[in-house]
Formats: sequence, C-alpha cells, structure tokens
Amino acid sequence: MTVAYEAVIGIECHVELRTATKMFCGCPNAFGGEPNTKICPVCLGMPGALPVPNARAIELIVTTGLAFGASIPAFSKFDRKNYFYPDMPKDYQISQYDMPLTAGGSVKYWLDDGAMKECRLTRIHLEEDTGKSTHAGSGDGRIAGSSYSLVDFNRAGVPLMECVSEPELTSPQEAIAYLESLRRTLLALDVSDVKMEEGSLRCDANVSVRPAGSAQLGTKTEIKNMNSFRSVERAIASEIERQIELLNSGGRIVQETRGWDEVNGVTHSMRSKEEAHDYRYFPDPDLVPLEIQPSDVTRLQASLPTLPWQRFERYTTEYGLAAKQATQLIDNRSLGAYFDSVVERSGNPQQSSNFVLGDLARLANETGVAVGDSGITAEHLAELIALVQSKRVNSKIAKALVERMWNGAGSPAAIVEREGLAQTSDRETIEPLVDQVLAAHPDVAANYRAGKQNVMGFLVGQVMKASGGKADPAVVNQLVRDKLS
Amino acid sequence: MPTDKIDIRYVAKLARIALTDDEVEVFGRQLEDLLGHVNALSELDIESVAATAQVVESRNVTRADAIAPGLDRERVLAEAPQRQGNFFRVPRIIAE
Amino acid sequence: MSAQIDARLEKSAVEIAGDVCARRVSAVEVVESTLARIAAADGLLGSYLTVLSDSARAGAAAVDQRISRGEQLPLAGVPLAVKDNMCLDGTRTTCGSKILEHWIAPYTATAVARLIEAGAVPVGKTNCDEFAMGSSCENSALGVTRNPYDTARVPGGSSVGSASAVAAYEAALGLGSDTGGSIREPAAFCNLVGFKPTYGRVSRYGLVAFASSLDQIGPLTRTVRDAALAYDVMAGYDPMDATSINRPVEPTAGSLLDDLRGLRIGIVRDFDTKVLGDDLDGLYRKAYHDLERLGAQLVEVALPTADYGVPTYYLIAPAECSSNLARFDGVRYGLRVDGEDVRAMYDNTRAAGFGPEVKRRILIGTHALSSGYYDAYYVRAQKARTLIARDFERAFARCDLIACPAASCTAFEFAAKSDPYSMYLMDYYTIPMSLAGLPALSVPCGWSRPPGGSVPMPVGLQLCAPLFGERSLLGAAHAYEQATRHALARSPVADGAPA
Repeated sequence: MTVAYEAVIGIECHVELRTATKMFCGCPNAFGGEPNTKICPVCLGMPGALPVPNARAIELIVTTGLAFGASIPAFSKFDRKNYFYPDMPKDYQISQYDMPLTAGGSVKYWLDDGAMKECRLTRIHLEEDTGKSTHAGSGDGRIAGSSYSLVDFNRAGVPLMECVSEPELTSPQEAIAYLESLRRTLLALDVSDVKMEEGSLRCDANVSVRPAGSAQLGTKTEIKNMNSFRSVERAIASEIERQIELLNSGGRIVQETRGWDEVNGVTHSMRSKEEAHDYRYFPDPDLVPLEIQPSDVTRLQASLPTLPWQRFERYTTEYGLAAKQATQLIDNRSLGAYFDSVVERSGNPQQSSNFVLGDLARLANETGVAVGDSGITAEHLAELIALVQSKRVNSKIAKALVERMWNGAGSPAAIVEREGLAQTSDRETIEPLVDQVLAAHPDVAANYRAGKQNVMGFLVGQVMKASGGKADPAVVNQLVRDKLS
Repeated sequence: MPTDKIDIRYVAKLARIALTDDEVEVFGRQLEDLLGHVNALSELDIESVAATAQVVESRNVTRADAIAPGLDRERVLAEAPQRQGNFFRVPRIIAE
Repeated sequence: MSAQIDARLEKSAVEIAGDVCARRVSAVEVVESTLARIAAADGLLGSYLTVLSDSARAGAAAVDQRISRGEQLPLAGVPLAVKDNMCLDGTRTTCGSKILEHWIAPYTATAVARLIEAGAVPVGKTNCDEFAMGSSCENSALGVTRNPYDTARVPGGSSVGSASAVAAYEAALGLGSDTGGSIREPAAFCNLVGFKPTYGRVSRYGLVAFASSLDQIGPLTRTVRDAALAYDVMAGYDPMDATSINRPVEPTAGSLLDDLRGLRIGIVRDFDTKVLGDDLDGLYRKAYHDLERLGAQLVEVALPTADYGVPTYYLIAPAECSSNLARFDGVRYGLRVDGEDVRAMYDNTRAAGFGPEVKRRILIGTHALSSGYYDAYYVRAQKARTLIARDFERAFARCDLIACPAASCTAFEFAAKSDPYSMYLMDYYTIPMSLAGLPALSVPCGWSRPPGGSVPMPVGLQLCAPLFGERSLLGAAHAYEQATRHALARSPVADGAPA
C-alpha cells in the first residue's frame, strides 16, 4: 500500500544587484560586453590587490531586507569562503557566514486563485559573484565531456544577494508563485534586473518529501541548473515524483546535489567523488565590520515604495478585481501606474480596470505604443468613466471615443459636447425612431409577437443605428418591448 | 585542544598541493612538532576573552559606487599562462 | 672610509635629497653611482633579483627635471631598493618564488608610489624569503643573499635584499615588509634601522599579502632620521586599503629627540632568558644603561603572555596565508604546470611553484581553519592575541616605550638552522608587537662575535611604542643612535671582494 506524501520545498536565490560598479572594486557592473574588459587587479585576484566594499550595494540589500520585513542587525561582517574553481579569482569568495546583513523576514505571495500566502526567509546576505566559464569540446557546452574551459572575469566581483527561504513551500506552484513575488518586489525596489536569461536571478531548490501530516523532515536534495521559472516548476515536480517513487519502492533518498536536465525532463545526480566542501569560513581580515546606523534604517524604510503584494491585496480585496487582472496590472509597471492614476481620479476601480485591461490593453498591443505614451491621459480616461457612470454617454459611444482619444482627440467631455454625442435617454426623442423601425420591419415585429424573442436584438440595433448610436439602449429596449406587447 | 595528529593528505587536498610520499612524511612530522609547541596555548585561560577581530578598531570603511579605470585586457592576457582569444583557458573542469 | 666606495653612496637619504634639491649633485649622478656599486658588489651579495637600470635612469632624469622646475622633493634622487613582494608597474615582482618568477606587475603599490612621488628612484627589486616567510633568506627560491658584514652569514629575513642593499651602499633607502619581524630582524643582522609602523598606518595595497592582519610596509635605513622621513612620506589613509587607518599622520622627522629625559622605558621581565643566544645579555644590559644615561627612567614591566607569541603567530599567520596564497593557481598569471584536468593543474602548479616553507605554512594554516579545528586553533589563537595586546596596554600604563632585543642572536651561518621551529624562534622578540599591531623598530646597539666566529656581527635594540606612538618611538631612537653611534662600522664588502 503506497503512502501519501507531501512535499517540502525551500528556494535559494542569487540576485545580482543593480549598482554602477562591482562589489569590491570600481569596475563597471553591466551585462554583456567584450570578455575580460571589465577587470582590474582587485577583481582578477592579482597579488597585492585589496577589496573595498561598495556602499550602494550595502544600501540595496538593507532596503531589500526591510521590504521583506527582515531585521537589520546592528553589526555585520564579511567572511571568506575558501574553495578552488577557475572562475574564482582569489580561490575564495568574499561572502557572509554567521552575521549576515539581514535576518528573517518573509515573502508574501499569491496563487492563481488569489489566495495570499507567506513564506519566511532565513536570511539575505551579501557576497561577490564569480566569473563565467564556458566549456568547450563536448559538443553541447556542458562540463561533462568537455576538454577545456574558457573563463571571462567580467562578472567576477558583481554584487550578489543570496536570499534563502525557509522550507515552507509545499508545491511547485507555490514555489513559482513565491519566485514571482520575490521577483516583482525586487523590480519594484529597483535593486536588480532579475532576468534569469541574463543571470541576474538564479535559483536553486531544496526538495524533500514526507508522509502527509508528518512533522519530521525527509532527506532533501538540492536541485540546480534551472534556467527559467518554467524549468523550476518542472524540475521540482519531477524531483518530487522521483523521490516518492523511490520511497514507495523501498529506496532511500540520498542527500546530494542534482542537476536539472531540461531536454530529458529529469534530474541527474551531480554527486562528486570528493567529500563535501570544507569552506573554512573565517572573518575576512582585509575588511572591517559594518555597523548599520538606525538613522539609515529609518531613512531606507521610509523610502520603500508600495510593494507588489500590498498592491495585490488592495486590488483584490478593496477594488474587487480578479486575481488575474490584479496580477496583470502589477506585472506591467507602466500599465499599473496608469491604472492607479485613473482610479485615483475616477474613484471607480472596476470601470478603470475594464477600460485599462480591455480596450486600452488591446490598443497598446495593436499599435505597439504603451498606454502611458498614448494620447489618452489618465485624466481623460477618468473623465470618460465619469461620463459613462453618469450615463451621459453609452458604452458604444464610449468605446468609439476611446479609439479617438488614443490618437490624441483630447478631452472626452469636450468631444461629446462638440459633436453632440451625449446619450439620449429621452423617451420623446427615441419613441419616433422606434415607431419608424417597427413600421419598416413588420415581419420582424410579427415574429417577435409570435414568440421569437431573440429578434429583439435586431430591432434594438436598428433603433440604435437610426439614432446614430446615441440612444440609451436600455430605454430603447424598454420602448420596443412596450410597443410590441 | 585536539591531538597533535594532522591528516596531511586531506589538508593537502583542500589546499590543492600535490605532495610526494616523502613530503607527506616529513611535513607530517614537522607540523606535528609545531602543533606540539602550539599546544602551549591550552595553558591560557581564554574562556571569557574575545577573539581579536581587528588590532585597531575601525568600522564602515566603504567606497562610493563610482567607476574607476581598470586594466588593459591585452596587458593582462599577455601574462596569462594560457589564453585563447580573449579568454583565459584552463584544462577541463571535472563536473562538480 | 674606504676609497673603493664612492663617498656619495655613504650619505644618508636625507643628505642625498638635500644635495639633489640644492643641485649640488644631480639625481642622475647619484643613481649612476648606485648602479655602478650594484654592478660591482651584487655578484657576491645577491641583494637584487632585478636591477632597474633603464627605468632608474629615466626616473632620476625626471626628478632632476622636477627640481629644475622648482619643486621641493623630500626624497629627491634617493636610490630606493624595493622588496620583491611589492608591486611596481612594469617590473618583475616575484616574491622570491618560482610561482611568480616571471610575473610583471601591472600596477604600483601605494607606498612605493608615494615614495616615487616624493622623488625617490627605485633602482631594483630585492630578494626576499618566499612570500615573506622566513628569517634568513634561505627560503627564497630565486637567489642567495649574503650578509655584507660576513658573507658566510645570512642577512636575516624576510626583507633580505633590502637590508643587505642598504647596508652595503647599494641603495640609501630600502623598503621591507614586516609580519612577525621581517624588517626588524634583518635590520638587527645588518646594522640598520628597521621600522614597522602601527598596523594600518601604511597602505598594504600592492603588497603581496602574507598575513593580512599583521603585514606592514616599513623602511630599512642607515639612520633613524631617514626612516622617519620615509615614514612621513608613505604613511596615511589609502582608499584602496580598507584596513588603512583614517587618522591624520603626525610627522616624525621634525620631532627627533636629543635625549630621553622624562621618558619611562619598560624592560620586560617575562622574556624567556634561554631564548637569547650568544652572550648578548651583557650587551643589552649596557644598551639599557645607555638609555638611562640619556635621561630615561627604566621601569620593569610584565608581559606574562610573551611566551605565547610564537605559537599564537604560527597559527594566525599561516591560517591567513593559506587563504591569501590560494590565488596562485596557474589560471590568470604566474607559473602553470599542466594536468589532465584543472584540479591536477592546481596540484602540480602549486607543488612545483611553492618551496617547502610556504607549503608547510599553507598546510598548517589550512588545518587550523578546517572543520573541527577552527575553534580549537584559529579562534583560540585570536583570543591569545587579545591577551597579548592587553598585556602591552597594561605595560604602557607604566612606561612610554618598551626596550628589548630585536633578535635572539646575531646573524647565523647558512644552513645553521635546519629545524623549522628553531627558525620560528628567531621572531620570538618581534612577534608580540606584531600581534598587538604596535609600532616597533630595531636600532643598532653594538657588536658581538658569534660563537665560533671571528667577525663581530651587528646587534639590534628593539624599541616599541603604544598604538600610533611613531613620533615618540622615532624620537627616542634618534636620541639613542646619536649618542651611541654604533653605525660607524662599514661593510667589509667593497667592489665585490670580501675584506
């Protein structure tokens, strides 16, 4: 009889910080560029070179910690993590071991159905990135089977934040949702580009399973080599499956590192013949400790923008938007900012989102112009919403106006006034048009009286046409029904 | 304090230095002799003493996030033990 | 004075700079006569691994140009010997090691740059024990350097060549580095002034790191005034070194004392008397008596943890060096010995590139940091270090300076010390000051014939001050030097032929 298992997942992210220069030297921090052109004695690990920490990087990590509700200890330091690898210029990495710049905190995230969840963080610490090696001779660029490697040190020394979550995620979907929220928050804070395809966001996952309801943790494996969120989801799902199968067949999980094989959709053991690394951490004697001042913490705390999860809560609970809509507005920063502006002016979040996510998003797609760059300002849209709300124009006219305003037609109230587009709800004006239409289509009228209800749409449409689109459809509908009954 | 034994082969592997059998033996003896002398430190009462973090106390030495001139690539690669184009070349890395 | 040595070479750095600034002699002339002296004497002495003839001539010409434009340069035309563990742009910087035997540094160490800016002219890179690890020069993989007072004996280490060069008039100013005594000990062996400033006072940027929390650059000179001047030029905050102290430097060269009245000098009672060799005890007693005659009040002070200096140092320094020397891996610069994969390349490169003493220290250092041993060794040693520093603090409550031997014996013969630990004991008197980060120097205090030897060899008196006490330290050393003039004897090596 097979046991029901539940998954326990923790995520470890490395995030490259958006500073102008590297962590410990003045070389430029920028993606791309000719190999080995952003180098100096310090980031090449030359004899006699010394590191000096980047003050901006420290600010960015403190800001990040505060955004996630972490605590900022008064005292922090850098430690050396000693190991040999060709892309490590000093064969030790300057990192933080037992006194990281932030501790605790949590990432609030949401699932597709809108449910809000929270995953606690263990810590976020600051370290330097390594250079990049490319492996040649194996035909597929992978290490295994390669005959030599080429190293580029442009990336060596770029400031890196390592964010470690507690093992509180319970499914691949939660893991992705966690990552999405983390990523959105870092973007909102402007601390990183967080592009997995450029390596400014890298993730590893720790995965274990245990009998459902058990309090004890199972043996975990570390999954590496996932290059997109999709990979992360697939890899975690695959690993959970593998572990459950193994346990169900009487096997034991080995604590090891496993690499995700995107092509074959499985994880492979990366177990090396050597023992686990002994990193021999010790405080870096070339650097002095950091004492973060309370005044700086206060200043950085005050500078925090509205965070994505706060936005999500407001959009869904206060504005009543659907999870998907809310997410859309959060992910498109300029669209979201525009939306907020319209809501502020119109006071009508529902209509605002209908227009912004409906017609405006469509127009942006079709024309390739961002909503914020189009001819339709937030004021104008708010104005239009007020016109619709007060029934001064009907929805059809409103739609037509949107198109024209997109192309710079200006204030909708002015257009309506100028062109007489105001909706008519006046029965005296509409009634003759109804009579006109009914007289022109006696057979349709007869069909309706005979029981064919669906011809109502045709008749109403004809009246709308006769009115130049300005009649209030509700009034038309009522009048037609009255006259046909 | 621990015993004076030192696993020279393990330590040499961590330090990435190939040792001959002779060196393993000779260094082993010499370093165990040193550790014997070092054991004198166990006589000290250090329970309530803080480890020296810095000889002269200093805090928050950082630098502004400003670009500074780097090194010319050609000059650096000219000193590389092995280069290939604009890269440093190394023998194959055995998968971790 | 021997007719065989150009009289100009016997001048102090201060005198040379004065002559060049007043245009009584040109920097080019000074440098040319130095280069000639090197050509004549260095075949035997071996002070220099690289002689910088062309750039020295160009540098001297540039100094003369600046002088003619009216610039006042405190070290104008002073021929400078730079220890080969300090980077000088465009020069071979070997650290006395095969692993860097052919490496050309692409930048200049801050301390060296400041001396050059002040008019000093580097004439060569000097031999040193490999990566500054050693007390005799016998750990250099690239050459042998001989003591100018007896070429069968070592000059001391690790600032080997800078000491022998200055002592033998192959330079007027030498730069060394001191981690556990590597400036003070060779100074004592070669009848020189060797000065190690407070930790952090002189930038370490460009000094190839041995033990980061201990290394300091300092001058080796024939007079205290020269050392004071060099220090004044080099010292001060450097934004490229996060451990350099950001405090204004009190200039020392203008505050040298004539006597020691009002000063209390501590004599340490806890030093192990078995360590002091030969029959130096009497000589030091005389030296302390001389201090008294100059007006100092002698006070007995306690340094109860003095004996723990060597074991403490030989855990901390190797631990830091094991990490600092990891970068020598054959990937980006220096020696590479190939292997079937990158790990084999590391193993082979470092096996071939490092000498036995460096390997020993890397191994013991790695062991002291490794899992299971870190607390018992490294942390414990850093705690012992705190105790040693506290001992000095307590001692300095009762005295202004401490006086003691600089080295435990005079310069010994080559191959005299075969057992590593006996070599480590050479640093017995200098290590405690290094661990506490204190400024300390060695100044000549007499001569002693070593057991079995016929030539009297130099002896050095060590003086040590509290943190940032450079001014009173150099001031007092000057008074002692002027009164005792032990630096009168000249090197017996002239024009390459032993006396």
